[in-house]
Amino acid sequence: MNTSGIQLELTAEDEAKLGGEHGPGVAMAMRLVVALARISQAPRLIDIESAHIDGCLYHGQAGLDFVEKLVGLGARVAVPTTLNVASLDLLHPGVVRLSPAESRAAQRLMDAYVAIGARATWTCAPYQLAGRPTAGTDIAWAESNAIVFANSALGARTARYGDFVDICAAVTGRAPFAGLHVIENRVPTIELDCSSIPDRVLDSPAAWAALGFAVGRRVGEEVAILTGITPSLVDEDRLKALGATAASSGGVALFHVAGATPEAIIAANSWPPPGTRCVEITAETLRAARDELSTAAVGDRLDAVSLGTPHFSLTEFAELAASLHDGEAFAPSCTVWISTSREMLGLARDNGYARTCEQAGARLIVDTCTYLVPVLSDTVRTAMTTSGKWAWYAPANMQIDVAFGTLAECITSARSGRVTRDDSAWS
Amino acid sequence: MLCAGDGAGEILWLDEPLSFWGGTNLHSAIITDIHHPQHGISLAGRVMVMDASRGSSSSSSVLAEQIRAGVAPSAILLASRDAIVTLGALAAAEVYGIRLPILLLDANAMAGLPRTGAVVVSSGPDGSSVSWS
Repeated sequence: MNTSGIQLELTAEDEAKLGGEHGPGVAMAMRLVVALARISQAPRLIDIESAHIDGCLYHGQAGLDFVEKLVGLGARVAVPTTLNVASLDLLHPGVVRLSPAESRAAQRLMDAYVAIGARATWTCAPYQLAGRPTAGTDIAWAESNAIVFANSALGARTARYGDFVDICAAVTGRAPFAGLHVIENRVPTIELDCSSIPDRVLDSPAAWAALGFAVGRRVGEEVAILTGITPSLVDEDRLKALGATAASSGGVALFHVAGATPEAIIAANSWPPPGTRCVEITAETLRAARDELSTAAVGDRLDAVSLGTPHFSLTEFAELAASLHDGEAFAPSCTVWISTSREMLGLARDNGYARTCEQAGARLIVDTCTYLVPVLSDTVRTAMTTSGKWAWYAPANMQIDVAFGTLAECITSARSGRVTRDDSAWS
Repeated sequence: MLCAGDGAGEILWLDEPLSFWGGTNLHSAIITDIHHPQHGISLAGRVMVMDASRGSSSSSSVLAEQIRAGVAPSAILLASRDAIVTLGALAAAEVYGIRLPILLLDANAMAGLPRTGAVVVSSGPDGSSVSWS
């Protein structure tokens, strides 16, 4: 297949894998990795240190047939491999309302990915688990929020991988040297000046989600550097919120925060490079983003709240539990859902955070997410969230209205059963 | 050539990029994205012409499933190196042996395509062609 003037150079080991010397499963996986290398005009393949697989969410028979064929041909992952959210919550059966046939297919897909040697992590936030990648390492990750977090917050290097090729990279341990694996492609090409935003406005993850919405809209797939942000305001939950939303409203796979993210710290004053164009982001921009992410109006009856997209971290559990300690429960008409990984839920139970949340009326869900499969009651018309990604996808996925707001706004609204807004948090 | 195969059908020019995931019906390949100007049209059996797809990488899975179910386009002509669409077709070729031809065309070749009518697409290691009468 000759699709370009750039010649792909394979090593003897690559050729051996392609030729079937490591078995037919590895050969099948290698055919797809090599095809992607040719499409992306890579000059060679590189070793990867880990993989994260998004193919375990059920999208029909073909995805299941593909991985079962790999397993049947004897393929096994060659590098440590984590699994993204699936279509079922295996720890809380019945919470996801799929038909028996759909549940069986979803379970078979999960079983196949475990059989191929991946870890049963079932989380969109693999970066919250121990053993995550370190700066400068090449990895092959799928799931847009995981990709942008690994690149931006960890300084690891991954291109945008997706269904089929994610597991093929894991099986071969190889990926095309292209995209964000190439260091020159990681230099910021646009500066977003945030210096006029007051620190108090940027002091919540929801504000960072709103910031992410604005970033995605302005930069598309470019690499941005955010300047003028006080480094002590930056933490991983906020970077998670920014990245997930920017990857939804745009195609952002890497951003930098001056003085805070690993590559920006090393580049110091040499970034943004001279001549980089600059766009200003203001508190007004964030309020506009907040309003664009909301289809519901203040005062509307609220039926549900969804937290934890991407999956709730231990620090987010701690913050929520501290806010709930005064004991006032949520309105019976409003169900608060928290999506997290089984690993974080275990830690939140050990620390008592999960119990505090449950005592206030919250329900916990693991292994999947509330906007991908039927979890919320059919009677829900309006839901509220701190997640820019959830607010972006939920209205179309579930035909409901959404209010986007801070954690404090969500808690107040869940207690009163009405969408409430605290404008002092946003100005 | 991005994906080898042979296909024929009525040409369908997409007026805007399309995400197979969230934008088309998994079982019928009818465009369901209400923001898309060709909402309601079926891709099944058509020779589809577009600049690129957009959106989620889950689109690879959706296209592969449409190929399996026999409701996919009969060929795809692209103006850019779209990995998401191509990987969906390559995965279906691996598992089912069904080959959906995908060609990368330059601006001149794109401009020379007819706007309507039946088109035959053939692509293989020895060369690719698009023909019509």
